[in-house]
Amino acid sequence: MNQKYLIPLITVFVLFLAAYVGVEGAKLEWFFGIVVPYVSLIAFLVFFVLKVLGWAKSAVPFKIPTTCGQQKSLPWIKQNKIDNPDTTGGVVIRMLLEIFLFRSLFRNTKAAFARNDKNRLSYSWEIFLWVGALAFHYAFLTVLLRHMRFFMTPVPSCIKWLEWADGIVQLGLPGLFLSGVVLLAAALFLLARRLFDQKVNYISLASDYFPLFLIIAIAGTGIAMRYFTKVDIVGIKSFTMGLITLHPVPPEGVGGLFYAHVFLVSVLFAYFPASKLMHMGGIFLSPTRNMANDTRAQRHINPWNYDVDTHTYEHYEDHFRDKMIEAGLPVDKKE
Amino acid sequence: MSDEIKPDELLDKIDYSTGGGSWMDTPVQIRPGMYCYASNPKSVETLGLPNARAWNPLDDDWQLPDNWQEIIHQGLKERLDRFRTFKVFMDICVRCGACADKCHFFLGTGDPKNMPVLRAELLRSVYRNDFTTAAKILSKIPGGKKLSGSRPMTLEVLKEWWYYFFQCTECRRCSVFCPYGIDTAEITIMAREIFNLLGLNIDWIATPVSNCYQTGNHLGIQPHAFKDMLDFFVEDIEEITGVNCAPQYQKKGADILFITPSGDVFADPGTYTCQGYLILFKYLKEKYGLDVTWSTYASEGGNFGFFTSHETMKRLNAKMYAEAKRLGVKWILGGECGHMWRVIHQYMDTMNGPADFLEVPKNPITGTVFENAKSTKMVHITEFTADLIKHGKLELDKSRNANRVMTFHDSCNPSRGMGLLDEPRYVIQNCCDNFFDMPENTIREQTFCCGSGAGLNAGENIELRMAGALPRATALKYVHEKFGVNTLGTICAIDRAALTTLCEYWVPDVEVAGVHELVGNALILPGEKEREEDLRFEPLPDSEEE
Repeated sequence: MNQKYLIPLITVFVLFLAAYVGVEGAKLEWFFGIVVPYVSLIAFLVFFVLKVLGWAKSAVPFKIPTTCGQQKSLPWIKQNKIDNPDTTGGVVIRMLLEIFLFRSLFRNTKAAFARNDKNRLSYSWEIFLWVGALAFHYAFLTVLLRHMRFFMTPVPSCIKWLEWADGIVQLGLPGLFLSGVVLLAAALFLLARRLFDQKVNYISLASDYFPLFLIIAIAGTGIAMRYFTKVDIVGIKSFTMGLITLHPVPPEGVGGLFYAHVFLVSVLFAYFPASKLMHMGGIFLSPTRNMANDTRAQRHINPWNYDVDTHTYEHYEDHFRDKMIEAGLPVDKKE
Repeated sequence: MSDEIKPDELLDKIDYSTGGGSWMDTPVQIRPGMYCYASNPKSVETLGLPNARAWNPLDDDWQLPDNWQEIIHQGLKERLDRFRTFKVFMDICVRCGACADKCHFFLGTGDPKNMPVLRAELLRSVYRNDFTTAAKILSKIPGGKKLSGSRPMTLEVLKEWWYYFFQCTECRRCSVFCPYGIDTAEITIMAREIFNLLGLNIDWIATPVSNCYQTGNHLGIQPHAFKDMLDFFVEDIEEITGVNCAPQYQKKGADILFITPSGDVFADPGTYTCQGYLILFKYLKEKYGLDVTWSTYASEGGNFGFFTSHETMKRLNAKMYAEAKRLGVKWILGGECGHMWRVIHQYMDTMNGPADFLEVPKNPITGTVFENAKSTKMVHITEFTADLIKHGKLELDKSRNANRVMTFHDSCNPSRGMGLLDEPRYVIQNCCDNFFDMPENTIREQTFCCGSGAGLNAGENIELRMAGALPRATALKYVHEKFGVNTLGTICAIDRAALTTLCEYWVPDVEVAGVHELVGNALILPGEKEREEDLRFEPLPDSEEE
């Protein structure tokens, strides 16, 4: 049972140590700093695209949106245009709400059954998963965008604004970025759900724990570098600019922690296309959400629709003619 | 049945704690009361489907073809290419658990493998093993299978699939809550297609399918018997109203072909709904000259082929357009049925269209053009009746339903595969003054299944059905106690049968009625006599007081 999270935990720890020792002990800066990031980025891009193309290659034989509100029917009945869209515009809004606000997850409820004289089965609004998930994804996005400053000179003003907003609490020096803290806290919350919520624990696989531990370690090393070891930012920027301009030079004296951070990020990127993290791409292609509920108004074409054997009326009448005539039912051939 | 499980025993069993251990190490136990009997080989043969033989799910040997594992592998592969839904849903689940307590079977049984996510994982684990590189690489190291959550296909796994994919009613409630819209129904549909490649259907699906194919309807009612049954209703209606409402059959050149599930012809309380249709069509004929025909050939609205395979669904559904074309009607009107409407709304035009031999449906009485059905050319009877009522074309005497305190059960397919929510409510509220909805987490798109859909309405799996019925029953009991609700309205033939059993078991004081039963009672037919009884031959509320 414990294997499900212990093995991923140990794996992440070993990965961390490998990079740390590899650099501090074996002086493999070029490997962990240059080879691994390039390889993982290429793997990420190639396999991500292949995966999405693989999905796209599969046919969409039927239009089967899950309708979550009133359909468009008679003009005086109010349609729910977002949850049951019949137009592309409606679908776009539905998808945007799904992608940016996790609308379906927002509906989440929690069921409870009380065995007593009432035997009530009750449902309460369960908002925490939605809050946790939203916090996690937006914090991650913010952290990722903030890191773009390492790959651009001059740093674009939109990233500077983002940094300003992210550091709005103005706490400590260097100033605290909320996104890092929220990311770590949200990831820990999602982990706690997997460990302590019995149902979620039961359905969780090692492949659910691994990315969580990986992200926690990434956030942890990042926070450690910024606030505690106070890593040499200038050195890192010249290194990352070297990476992006294809003239990579490993930085001097930034320490094993930095390489461990970069290595874990690389592992995450390389692992991404082979994992459940592909929900990022998949959500766009989910046929129950990205199609309009207009199937009776607009014929959808199935690319592999083939002819089938049917029992025709002629067969039917041949079979039952006498009985039909006797019962006074109309027939095509009176014999 | 004396050996039937009692409600209290069933409630005692409910426990949402999952216990320890890993689900993959928990072997399946096929338990009487929870599964349906195996398909009759004759029914499998009628359709020419593979591996027809007598078999028993409780036997160790399921008499599978020698290469059954290869058949499954190829079957999965083919479906991954044919259905993007299937492929995407195999890959993107993050196991967040939002769906876990949304399934009526989980809520009623507490069996963790009835959590939609685990139901899907039963299949995903084999998918990962057979089709993903990551799992293939991981499987080379010790314990790697566990890490990737994959497992090879074994007989044990197949039995587990069979048990749990026939404990899913394809209701799609989980799909409403899934952040990626993963639809377990779609996965169940694929699993059941695979079962049919191996001859592993259940009889409660296989035999109706065979009947429908050969005889025209699920119940195997032959043409003359079909007419006899409707004649019987005509006599009853005449006794109650004094008006002869005899329908027309196979009438060439009629305005509208009407198709409804054969369950409404066969069993109470669906029969009263059927009488409602007859009264409505008589009214429209007399008042406005609307010419509606029935057909004994296309005498089934439902489609148990949908619970067998996409191909079988298409084979059964083909009759609707074929008959409409042969008769030369303008468009098709469909009766109250759940999965029938999912098939018509989301599949029919794609499978068996285009219906270019029909006209865009227009209600000649109100002038309303049903734009939402302009391609498929089939209109739902509650859309049709709601339109008539809105335009004041029906004379309704609500007082004849005054004894009914109504609530409405949204059937899974019309709500989550169509969005037909307000039309039936509008019709009910125009036929009856007392209407109270059940709590909001249990209606409309969040409605709970009756527990017997998707071909599981058999007798031998009654424990499963009553467990699955619990969430619906609990919500019903709530409005029954709070508002005195005594009638559960519905627009589904399976519901009319299944909810009746549900009520007897869980909420004994509530009756089930189709929406058009209320219409039949309220509608004032031209030339009718003073009615003293409703369609159930029970005294009308007014006459009782006198």
